[in-house]
Amino acid sequence: MSKPTEKLTSIAGLAAPLLIDNLDTDQIMPKQFLRTISKEGLDKGLLYDLRFDGDGQPRTDCILNQPGYEATRILIAGSNFGCGSSREHAVWGLQQFGIAAVIAPSYGEIFYGNALNNRLLPIMLEQAAIDALVAALAQAEQATLEIDLLALTIRAPDGSLTPFTLAPRSRRMLVDGMDMVALTLQSLPQIEVFEQRHVAAQPWMRVL
Amino acid sequence: MTSQPATLYQKLVDAHTVEHLDADHVLLYADLHIMNEYTSPQAFSSLHDKQRAVLRPAQQLAVVSHIIPTAPLAVGQRVIGDPASSLLALNLRRNCERHGIRLFDTNDIDQGIEHIIAPEQGLVRPGMVILCGDSHTTTYGALGALGFGVGTSEVEHILATQTLVYRVAQSMRIRIDGQLARGTSVKDLTLYLISRLGAQGARGYAVEFCGSAITALSVEARMTLCNMAVEAGARAALIAPDSATRAYLRSHAAPFQHGDFPALWDELHSDPDAVFDLEHVFDASEVAPYVTWGTSPDQGMPVNARIPGPDSQSANTDPHAPAMVRKALAYMGLQAGEPIMGLPVDRVFIGSCTNSRIEDLRAAAAIIGTHKVAPKVRAMVVPGSGAVRRQAEAEGLADIFIAAGFEWRQPGCSMCLAMNDDVLSPLERCASTTNRNFEGRQGRASRTHLMSPAMAAAAAITGVISDVRTLEHAQ
Repeated sequence: MSKPTEKLTSIAGLAAPLLIDNLDTDQIMPKQFLRTISKEGLDKGLLYDLRFDGDGQPRTDCILNQPGYEATRILIAGSNFGCGSSREHAVWGLQQFGIAAVIAPSYGEIFYGNALNNRLLPIMLEQAAIDALVAALAQAEQATLEIDLLALTIRAPDGSLTPFTLAPRSRRMLVDGMDMVALTLQSLPQIEVFEQRHVAAQPWMRVL
Repeated sequence: MTSQPATLYQKLVDAHTVEHLDADHVLLYADLHIMNEYTSPQAFSSLHDKQRAVLRPAQQLAVVSHIIPTAPLAVGQRVIGDPASSLLALNLRRNCERHGIRLFDTNDIDQGIEHIIAPEQGLVRPGMVILCGDSHTTTYGALGALGFGVGTSEVEHILATQTLVYRVAQSMRIRIDGQLARGTSVKDLTLYLISRLGAQGARGYAVEFCGSAITALSVEARMTLCNMAVEAGARAALIAPDSATRAYLRSHAAPFQHGDFPALWDELHSDPDAVFDLEHVFDASEVAPYVTWGTSPDQGMPVNARIPGPDSQSANTDPHAPAMVRKALAYMGLQAGEPIMGLPVDRVFIGSCTNSRIEDLRAAAAIIGTHKVAPKVRAMVVPGSGAVRRQAEAEGLADIFIAAGFEWRQPGCSMCLAMNDDVLSPLERCASTTNRNFEGRQGRASRTHLMSPAMAAAAAITGVISDVRTLEHAQ
């Protein structure tokens, strides 16, 4: 994970296609790895049942086990990536494995927010653009991509550029690594004014 | 409240907006924040590292729910044997003590699943915003409260500020008229809707359910529907409060036991001219008993249909769909074109935040009657809370389950996500009243078929996936 003060302006490296739709967070980080009070050690749980068989041996049919792919930096995924459980452990595990960006047609909503909060770049692209990227990677000697967070482009091995969009707030979160709690605490006076009015109008909302 | 025609969702967001942050985001105020033992530890740690306080301890609630063992207890207290799980519970207790947060701890008499406890304790009320580090927080829409799941970074943000940086969702209305047929329940309706919408059919939307079929549902049944809206991708689910909602609150929330309801609740509905970004209409009378055949909650089918294949219509227009269907069939050990009825099950699980309330247990017990659990089937009932468990015992439901050969267990999330020791073995097939049939969800290589409590009970006594309508005890 980048320190909040470091700027994140580009991500480059090996890109692995894992084109499974609705790849849920139960699969990204199975339950047995959630029994922890820390964020550490989650790389070994990442996509565990896809990466390892019932005896704990690496599965040869998983791209992340192919030679060189332990250095994967960018995951190209199917639609609704990270649907299901809210477990942020899925994002931490991806990052601890070394993945800094995911490219997918769509994301589970809680996962998407979790990714931004941890500065894991979740790029959304049309399926056709993803298909083109996957094809370009398959042709290339080095299956690497270069993502420019300032220009909002992805450079394929053949030099072609694919643009992507990112909400201005999301881009600031990724590039600058904002401390969201500190930012909101600047609005504490407004929060207090709001809640006085709110509780006066609807006192039954104080339930405990 | 705005003067323009507004949806219920817009009204709830507007009423909780502290600030507009940009065109898409608001700072949303949370009336109540609920935490569990496994998505909150890192939030507390980070808060402590930065020497920040919990802004509103009295608006936090914590529950030990996911890791807790549910084995029947003859006597004494529950002990969490697994050291890592025990640490999660201890850590939550320490954090709650340090900050003065109300905790339903391991041996609290009302301990249970967070989404079962909060409504039954009267803590969920119309018009509230309730956040929790758990995706099934959508449940609270059943009472006209805006609830949705958040991640651990957001848990920290809420602890420190009582607010969330929130991207406002689009609005969807799903109207369901018609009557549910004999032998079907809200779970069948829910699985039907998800199969029609798809696993991301409601992604990006706050969904409001309305129509005569919704009005006819009990509040507990509405919770089942709103709970699983997230399986269609919905950010939130809402049902406008009505007389059933008020009756529920009269019996669950002390301030309302004499029926003095706030006048503001009369405004908690979408205005007649309110515009939704998307609308769907369904007919409840088309719903048959539903079971899932695949590994995504939208891979469901009427129990009397044949298992779909890669070229079936349900594979819709997604070019990846045929491959996904083949993958799901292989994982589940099923053949396209075969009936699903008659498929033997090894296990039956009745429980989870979807289906472990008293009405669910009544529905299951009504099917069981004096029947026995089929030979070779291991069946368990895990009530959603201590209160549900006590009521089921008082009503004689527990006796029916026990006499039939079910394990009558202690409350918790249990085998819904199998984070405790209630886990399926590889290739075991389970009739389950839970919400997710994901690969590995109930254990590595486990095979989950989602269904209603009545259908799960039918599978338990016949030993195979059965049509509850053909059983002797079916109402």
